[in-house]
Amino acid sequence: MGFREYRVGSILFGVALSGSMFVTVYMPGLDISGVSSTATALEKQLTYGKNSGFDYGDLFLHGTDKPIKVILKTDPVTGASIDDTAAYVFKPGTSFPSGLIHDHILGEKVQALSTSEGKVGQANQAAGGVFLVTSKVTNGVETPYIEFATATKGWGVDATLSAASETILAGAGKTMFVREGCWWCHTLLPEQTHDWQSFGRPPVLGDFNGESPTTFGSDRKAPDLLHVGSRNSSKEWMTLHFFNPRLVQPHSIMPRYDYLWGPKDKAGKAIDLAKWDEEFVAYRDGESVYPPDVPEYADDSEIRYLMDFVLNLK
Amino acid sequence: MIKYLFAKEKDIPGGTAAIFFSFSAIMWFIIGTGIGSFNAAKLAFPDWFTHLYALQFGHMRQVHVHAVIFGWITGAFAASAMYVVPQLGNTKLWSEKLGVWNCFLWNVGLALGLSTLWFGMTSGREYSDFIWPIDIYIALVMVLPLFINIFMSIVTRRTQGIYTTNWFFAGSFFMLIIVFLVGNAPEFFHLTGLNEAYMTWWFAHNVLGLLITPVAAAITYYIVPKVTGNPLYSHRVGHLHFWSIVVFYSTPAAHHLMSSPLPEWLKSFASVEGVLILVPAVAYVCNILLTMQGKWAMFVENVEIKYTITGVLLAIPLNMQGGFQQTRAINWYVHGTGWIVAHAHLALLGFSTFAEAAAVYYGIQTIARRKLYSLSLANFHFWMLLIGFSLYWVSMTIAGLIQGAGKIYEVPYMDIVIAEHPYMIVRWLGGTMVFLGNFVWLYNMYMTVKAGDKLPVGLQPQDVAYVR
Ligand code: HEM
Ligand code: HEM
Repeated sequence: MGFREYRVGSILFGVALSGSMFVTVYMPGLDISGVSSTATALEKQLTYGKNSGFDYGDLFLHGTDKPIKVILKTDPVTGASIDDTAAYVFKPGTSFPSGLIHDHILGEKVQALSTSEGKVGQANQAAGGVFLVTSKVTNGVETPYIEFATATKGWGVDATLSAASETILAGAGKTMFVREGCWWCHTLLPEQTHDWQSFGRPPVLGDFNGESPTTFGSDRKAPDLLHVGSRNSSKEWMTLHFFNPRLVQPHSIMPRYDYLWGPKDKAGKAIDLAKWDEEFVAYRDGESVYPPDVPEYADDSEIRYLMDFVLNLK
Repeated sequence: MIKYLFAKEKDIPGGTAAIFFSFSAIMWFIIGTGIGSFNAAKLAFPDWFTHLYALQFGHMRQVHVHAVIFGWITGAFAASAMYVVPQLGNTKLWSEKLGVWNCFLWNVGLALGLSTLWFGMTSGREYSDFIWPIDIYIALVMVLPLFINIFMSIVTRRTQGIYTTNWFFAGSFFMLIIVFLVGNAPEFFHLTGLNEAYMTWWFAHNVLGLLITPVAAAITYYIVPKVTGNPLYSHRVGHLHFWSIVVFYSTPAAHHLMSSPLPEWLKSFASVEGVLILVPAVAYVCNILLTMQGKWAMFVENVEIKYTITGVLLAIPLNMQGGFQQTRAINWYVHGTGWIVAHAHLALLGFSTFAEAAAVYYGIQTIARRKLYSLSLANFHFWMLLIGFSLYWVSMTIAGLIQGAGKIYEVPYMDIVIAEHPYMIVRWLGGTMVFLGNFVWLYNMYMTVKAGDKLPVGLQPQDVAYVR
């Protein structure tokens, strides 16, 4: 390369870049990885499964390969009534989230409890199973952990699904949230400022362990959604709003998500979006008094997933 | 193009790869700004054009960002490197054939990547939205050959020293490969949680800081001395610029995440390092503006200098904004608002686009050995770009300030949306001006190659008077 200076320069360049990566990649990585999961992080992992973006299990982001969250009012095995309990059902073959397969995700104490009390070591992906988020108080400190209910309580996948009083497809819904780019406008991150008043408690460091991708957003053009399910839990309002936000909020700039209804409504009738649009325009222009009816969505429609995800954001 | 893909190296005229890259960059600029303007319209008039679901804002936003960053900006970088490095080294491009293939595979990869994004296949990570197979393709099939070609052209130069511009070209393309491979680690190795969030911004920050900022600067280091005939004001200040970019600009990734619950030391560290980016920023702007001494008339008379210096002048507010907005005292007010969108466009559509446009204007003339077809059209393009950008920047900055105020006074969110509406419309108008201006540019560049006056042997474009 000619001059000796260039050799020295190249070496210095390497040193500077590696030094910078040591400080900005290695050190934060080490620090963040040492953080213990909160109960929120455990719930998120069990609700959203392994990955909500592009993944082997779900190449086209259809929301497949996801666990199912259910609410139980009765014990699936004995049938005795119990306090409302959220259980996370992994059908055989559903990918496990990182926290169930790797030892360094949950944090030391949470991992130890999940193994000793929760018996998560006995779970395997091929067989699936049912999980709970539980906690234990030792010396006055409450530590959350994951319980593998199939081992500890004998709750099987099918029994739990049929005992469910409510089925929440929030895992598939998060995939919709990622794919449809909701997070380009709605953050999932109340800031540590006045946001507390309008949007609720900001997340803490341990709330994210094992979540992928986090999609808490950088650009806010619309309200924060981290606790939206606590502010507004009306399915009717949400249905109108997703179909066309201008039905409930004339000044909203949110896009319509009517296409997530799919081809057929709940009764199996074909949905004619073009006709709907015509009637909506007539209503908007004051030519008719009532807006057209919003179709009821089918149980396996993509909008159902998204709706479950949003209402599950408590 | 097909003809040259399978031609022998010696049969490919020098500069072919650079010409291909220039036109591909202009095409992507048109596509990218067209999509940008479409997106802006959707944010202003949400019930407009709702029938094609593929054109949803949530899918198109990332297509816009990646079309402009990897099609336009990085494509224009490749074009400029491929003619500037040989000219500075008094040699030929190491391999024109590799360059032509590079351009071909670049466009194939980008088209593929943007289609997958459009289709909804995304990793869900801002700026690294591409799915990981595309990331690997970009690193190894798009950027690595570019780096090899540029690096080898520098090694085989026939001059003694290596000029400032070339340190930046070689260094940045190399760092881009590293940034792609390390920054996408969350996808390759399924990293999760805040590690994933942080690495996402590590990637985004370093694409801006280790690719776009230094390479745009490198271009101006070439154009200004070359066209004005003044030597660079100070080689030493150039050194300061280069080394402080490597040391300071590679570190404050966490300043994009000041409102997230990252470890406090990391946020404070990023905040301090971010202010230190003012070192390369000030060194750079002073160096270029002092190089202009005695030649300021060219700012008005010469197209390339007009573009370059406008870009450099826009770097001043850009860096001032940057340095301040990442301190905790100010970030909590502007974060997540239109202010940041305005800052991003001041950086990419202001500073860097003006520098790249200058490089493409100059490159096409020197390679084709023809004088610019029309000065009037170039001026028209310049003003469309500058006025369009200014409308965009001013309107989004105001919208951002409204949003910031709304945030602290706890105004119901809907009222903020209503207050921002006029500015959304202005942003759309400004963006559309940029988009339309680009067609004029494409025409002008095409006519330059076809019908521009031939440059007499031994003269450069700036030595010849404009004819139209
Ligand atoms: C002194 C120099 C600079 C500093 C300290 C700085 C700082 C920052 C900070 C802190 C943010 C994030 C703000 C937030 O989200 O709260 C930001 C955003 C951004 N900056 Fe800069 N900046 C500087 C110069 C530049 C330059 C030279 C470029 C590119 C050529 C650039 C491009 C961007 C872009 C594109 C974003 C938007 C990121 C997003 O999508 O959120 N900045 N900058
Ligand atoms: C016709 C001109 C353009 C228009 C109308 C336009 C419009 C837009 C719109 C509507 C967004 C979404 C902003 C939001 O989410 O609020 C956006 C984002 C973005 N655009 Fe453009 N754009 C234009 C040109 C460019 C150019 C030339 C570049 C780069 C060279 C660029 C880079 C970006 C980036 C980096 C973002 C992400 C910003 C962020 O996350 O803060 N845009 N643009």
